[in-house]
Amino acid sequence: MQLFSCPFCGPRDETEFHFGAEAGNVRPEPAASTSAEAWADYLHFETNPKGPSREIWVHTTCGEFFLMERDTVTHEVKGSQSLRRGEA
Amino acid sequence: MSARRIGRDKGTLSFTFDGRPYKGREGDTIASALLANGVKVVGRSFKYHRPRGIWGAWSEEPNALVDVTVGGHSTPNLRATTEYLRDRMAVRSVNASPSAVADRHGYLDRFARFLPAGFYYKTFLWPDWHLFEPRIRAMAGLGRVDPQNHPAADNPFINAHCDVLVVGAGPAGLAAAMSASAAGKSVVLVDDHAEAGGSLLQRDAEIDGVPGPQWAADCVAALQAAGQRVLLRATAYGIYDHNLACIWQRRDWAPDAQWRIRAKQIIVAAGAIERPLVFPDNDRPGVMSADAALFYLKRHDILVGDRIVLATNNDGAYAVAAALQKAGAKVIVADTRKSFAAEIARGLQVKQGVAVEAVHGTNGVEAVTVGGMRLEADCLLVSGGYTPTVHLFCQALGKLRFDEAIAAFLPGNPVPGMTVIGAANGTFGLAALLAEAHSAGDGAGEPPRSAGDEPPFRIEPAWPAGGAKGRQWIDFQNDVTLKDVELAARENFRSVEHLKRYTTLGMATDQGKTSNMNGLAAMAAITGRTIAETGTTTYRPPFTPVPLTVVAGRRRGELFNPMRRLALENAHRAAGAAFREYGGWLRPAWFGSGSAFDEIQREARQSRETVGILDGSPLGKIEVMGPDAGALVDFNSYNTISTLKPGRIRYGFMLTENGVVYDDGVVAKVADDHYIVSCSSGHVAGVTMRLEEWRQDRFDPARVVVHNSTPQWATLTATGPNSKKLLAELGLGIDLSDEALPHMAFAEGRFQDAPARVARVSFTGDRSYEISVPTGRARALLAAMAEIGWGLDAVLLGSEALLLLRAEKGYLIAGKDTDGTTMPHDLGVSGPRDKRQGEYVGKRSLFTEEAMRDDRKQFVGLTVDGREPLATGAHGAETNSGKRRSLGYVTSSYFSPTLQRPIALGLIERGQSRMGEEVEIFHLGEIRRARITAPCAYDPEGARLNG
Repeated sequence: MQLFSCPFCGPRDETEFHFGAEAGNVRPEPAASTSAEAWADYLHFETNPKGPSREIWVHTTCGEFFLMERDTVTHEVKGSQSLRRGEA
Repeated sequence: MSARRIGRDKGTLSFTFDGRPYKGREGDTIASALLANGVKVVGRSFKYHRPRGIWGAWSEEPNALVDVTVGGHSTPNLRATTEYLRDRMAVRSVNASPSAVADRHGYLDRFARFLPAGFYYKTFLWPDWHLFEPRIRAMAGLGRVDPQNHPAADNPFINAHCDVLVVGAGPAGLAAAMSASAAGKSVVLVDDHAEAGGSLLQRDAEIDGVPGPQWAADCVAALQAAGQRVLLRATAYGIYDHNLACIWQRRDWAPDAQWRIRAKQIIVAAGAIERPLVFPDNDRPGVMSADAALFYLKRHDILVGDRIVLATNNDGAYAVAAALQKAGAKVIVADTRKSFAAEIARGLQVKQGVAVEAVHGTNGVEAVTVGGMRLEADCLLVSGGYTPTVHLFCQALGKLRFDEAIAAFLPGNPVPGMTVIGAANGTFGLAALLAEAHSAGDGAGEPPRSAGDEPPFRIEPAWPAGGAKGRQWIDFQNDVTLKDVELAARENFRSVEHLKRYTTLGMATDQGKTSNMNGLAAMAAITGRTIAETGTTTYRPPFTPVPLTVVAGRRRGELFNPMRRLALENAHRAAGAAFREYGGWLRPAWFGSGSAFDEIQREARQSRETVGILDGSPLGKIEVMGPDAGALVDFNSYNTISTLKPGRIRYGFMLTENGVVYDDGVVAKVADDHYIVSCSSGHVAGVTMRLEEWRQDRFDPARVVVHNSTPQWATLTATGPNSKKLLAELGLGIDLSDEALPHMAFAEGRFQDAPARVARVSFTGDRSYEISVPTGRARALLAAMAEIGWGLDAVLLGSEALLLLRAEKGYLIAGKDTDGTTMPHDLGVSGPRDKRQGEYVGKRSLFTEEAMRDDRKQFVGLTVDGREPLATGAHGAETNSGKRRSLGYVTSSYFSPTLQRPIALGLIERGQSRMGEEVEIFHLGEIRRARITAPCAYDPEGARLNG
């Protein structure tokens, strides 16, 4: 079981967390001028990197979404960061 | 003669083995008790049913697996060497019938040459392996599961963390723990024995001026006095991500526990395991690990034989020979080496440069042929060198290197957060090991000092090679011989991973603790590679078999996925409720002791006539508050919500970004900055999380908050023509006139001394009020409603009647009447899609090619003739040129007590443009014809909402 770090609560077992999304997947808007390709890209296409990754996770016990940098191969957690304005 | 107890105390514990009674001592393992009673054959081998005796002393034991019954509970396949004896224990050998010594399948061994590795799969191909499999499996196998044994789900998980976790309480582990403790670190020391000390309990040693066992006991006392934790009978069986160690703790005073310890540093001091030498018939009962013989002598007062031949290739076994000789046995050492240091052999009879050529005797050793000479013996001890216990290091993804000097794989690369010390690291000398351990612990102060000089450990490998005579066992437990390894090499299964899977070498419950090294060395020799090139198989948890009850802990049965319980469960039970699970909640399905169908029909009918009272507490009550509350709720809804006047309610859908209906529900606008999202009960957690995600991703979290208050409020619904009267008498202080509180309106009042919320919404199509009070007032509210209801001919409604009533009205349930493709326009709600400006979740997806297809499955009603409802899940079917194709399916189906006919809802291709058409409904080979209608079958004008 991995040890993740919530920027608000500190290190906790991974069972307290849910994966949110890959970081940087920006919602294309407005709908009327968003191509089907751009929308499909937003909805379905992930980078799924082998190695260093930047991901949004949520700590389900405090409800806070945050940015986590970790390595998908070694499982090393490099750090996590709040998404509150001005902090990420 | 055979093994016997030399101490005077024979013990007072009674036990049986294969039905025969014996006595054993407190502190005996089953294995030591069997040896003390001279039992030679303790089991039969897995495949050939060869008689087998005890080889080892602890978790490495490959042969002595037993089924144990104690206190009425049977447990199969326990290792006799690691189970402590208890009074009135019944022990049975496995894979043997009627007993280990007289096994009716013993003849199988005579056919051994016809049963090489892979034999079954090659031979029983025609007509089908599965025809033969059951009988073969029954003949080759282990213990028997007792079907009566249902262990309680009462094994706790205990979570802990520490600076240093030390695995193994031998000299290295103790020294490391002491050193870490002195350095001010928090320490947990674990060992799977009942007593700390490890090899100090059998190898003569003096540390810091006291005998080894005394030093070990002093260390434990000192650690405990310093507030450190010492867990005995606790096996660290797995290392997981980020230095998490899982530990199975055996407990006599309570059910076993699983410790999950997160350590900054893990020090592995797990020792080493003696491995066998490979020679013909090396699996005979009476052939035993030399180290195990010393273990039984020093810890259990057992002399394993009177005339002992000790075969070795290393210096380590000489101390064993000396100790056994001192205890009164006649010992001849047979060393495969031509030369060795003379001082270790002082006082012993030694034959140099000889190997074991034959073992005589079937159910026990009678003689041994060594170097062409027959030696009468009742026991053959074997030491083929020591294999460091590197399992935990390898589980932590450590890599091994092969050390030629001690003929063993050792930790090769540093693993962050883990240190391997002592014999597990190939450090066999006591002085060196204490220094290494002390420095691993943190190194402050002086290391413990051992007395006397130690000669260096020397070994000359005597690895098995190909072309050997007779049957030479590599893996005792899975019956893999040297010939099987040769066969695997010949058939090109040369990688160790292939070797393992082809021959099952190392795949038994001992996971090859005694066999893997010999197996891969044999493969290396046969294929002309070095041992380093051949490599090892992958080490995976668990180190030893761990009961699934311990792994599962209390997450079994009712606690596996606990149901949510209503505050009023007991009151409903008293009223005769039958409970079922709905969306994770245990709710009354119906009331009364009649048939489910009759009770549900009665409840539904009566609530349409008078008033029904329903516990709707699980309904979502998610509060969204703050200046941006309206914007957040709007963005999450298909329908715009914020345009409501305060005190009004709107029904709508919540979509996923794929445009699919995730949930439906109503939202009440309490004030401009306060909304209550009442989603369906099974979706509360999901909807809360969606709101929370968008709140943090898209809005200023300081301007809007989301709070799930569902569990804080109990909700009782009054529905039916008399519901207004019932409410009026409750005296909530709310104006109930249809002008002040029309359908889809919200009001706040008081019930007794507590706040009360009333939402006039309807899931039945009748005039309805949902009354919410703080959970603590639930009983009082139910009592008050029941009392008033008495005079109004009220009826208690279960969930099933509600489901029926809403189906009459064509009200859908998201996830039941919709599927993973259903979009709002498939449900006939296309207003927002056509007109709504601005962004909302899922909007773009409503305009994809897929969303615009004209053959989408759409929500409709289905009517049939007769009184038999359609089967839920039955398919609408279309037959074209002989081929039947699904058009969709029935999602809900009931017999309507109000209409006195079946009603059904479904998702049917192009359904909305086929109103009035007939469609074939196909179910289990039968076809019925149904007419497509609007979903609403009852009161389509909605007059009853105000009735």
